[in-house]
Amino acid sequence: MKPAPFDYIAATSVDMAAAALADGGDDAKIIAGGQSLVPLLNFRLLRPSILIDINRIESLAFISETATDIRVGALTRHYQLETSPVIARHLPVLSCAMTHVAHLAIRNRGTIGGSLAHGDPAAELPMMALLLDAELHIGSVAAARITAARDFFLDALTVDLNAGEIVTEIALPKLPPQTGWGFAEVSRRGGDFALAAAAATLAVAAGAIVEARIALSGIGRTAVRAATAESLLVGHALEPPLVSQAIEAVRAAIGPDTDLHASADYRRHLAGVLTGRALAAAWRRANESAA
Amino acid sequence: MSKTRDITVTVNGEAFAAAVEPRLLLADFLRHTLGLTGTHVGCEHGVCGACTVLLDGDSVRSCLMFAVQADRRSVETVESLGRIGAMNRLQEAFHEHHALQCGFCTPGMLMTTTDLMKKYRLETDDDIRDGLSGNLCRCTGYEHIIKAIRAVVDRKAEDTR
Repeated sequence: MKPAPFDYIAATSVDMAAAALADGGDDAKIIAGGQSLVPLLNFRLLRPSILIDINRIESLAFISETATDIRVGALTRHYQLETSPVIARHLPVLSCAMTHVAHLAIRNRGTIGGSLAHGDPAAELPMMALLLDAELHIGSVAAARITAARDFFLDALTVDLNAGEIVTEIALPKLPPQTGWGFAEVSRRGGDFALAAAAATLAVAAGAIVEARIALSGIGRTAVRAATAESLLVGHALEPPLVSQAIEAVRAAIGPDTDLHASADYRRHLAGVLTGRALAAAWRRANESAA
Repeated sequence: MSKTRDITVTVNGEAFAAAVEPRLLLADFLRHTLGLTGTHVGCEHGVCGACTVLLDGDSVRSCLMFAVQADRRSVETVESLGRIGAMNRLQEAFHEHHALQCGFCTPGMLMTTTDLMKKYRLETDDDIRDGLSGNLCRCTGYEHIIKAIRAVVDRKAEDTR
């Protein structure tokens, strides 16, 4: 239960971290909050020869606002996102989701970039990145690039990040006017990984949905958007028969696994129930904001 | 053994300098290098919460951090809260409400609660339960821990009224 020996580099800039990562090759690993990485090191499931610590790169920890986006630095801690007034004002669904991320001691230390790069299929942040159409900024010694969240999560714990690349920032577009949101999750214990979670945003104009987004977590190899259910909703008011159709579309679209914590059938059932709750809350909030 | 690093960590207000292997966990640095055995180590993978300490005032798992990462930073352990005969209000409440039996989880419970009370209002017992969901206790069934914390939160609210 102690990590194997490794060499340690405390990077003080992204360039320094990227250079160290390029030099270290496949054997080097970035450590940010370490809340998923250190357990893997303690169990010796991972034995990197070099650990590159980015915790001292202060320029990577920020939450800022532009005319169109909210930008979050990769080293921003979960607790900062949970309690940020900027996030609460523009992306309240994200503030709510963050309260479900693990426990305070983990939220104090764990980082946004780390959670996204880890890509746990039952975590809240990948699902939020999908819901909010996030763009991930990725740095390396070769070139910086930007990728959409929908192209980033490839499989369980597998993301579109090549050797030598570091997530540096995410950009979250602000939501359209009169958008309501909902978030619903079931876990065995507060702060545990979701057995299933659903989040929704509904933009409403003249009593009808003009944009619908539904994202789900814990129900497959990666978090997903429920595109079929989303398109069913556009152009209509959220009436009970429509909610039932959306729920059926969600259940048909996902392929959850059975594991120690829950059966595939139960997860599929939950995904539908939670989608219904998230949609109802989103519809109520969208109409309240119009009133 | 990999090359050691020289670090200086302020622990409970006192600066300690040491040469550590990068792989040395902060929990082991506190217990074995400094002899501060109040911080307990249960699961060593961030699940049980027994090793919770404050890093620059924020609660963290000391088994999910390396000592080298605490270089030039400030750590508070359960030893900072009080001593026998001079316990702080939270420790007194744990004593009064019988919030421990074997005591293994208690340092983590106390350090977690210290941070929780700073950051959240803990208006309901469910808020307290939620806040403690990352700390395992195998003796008490949590009821008396909740009561102890409730008493301190309520008294704090009265004091500030």
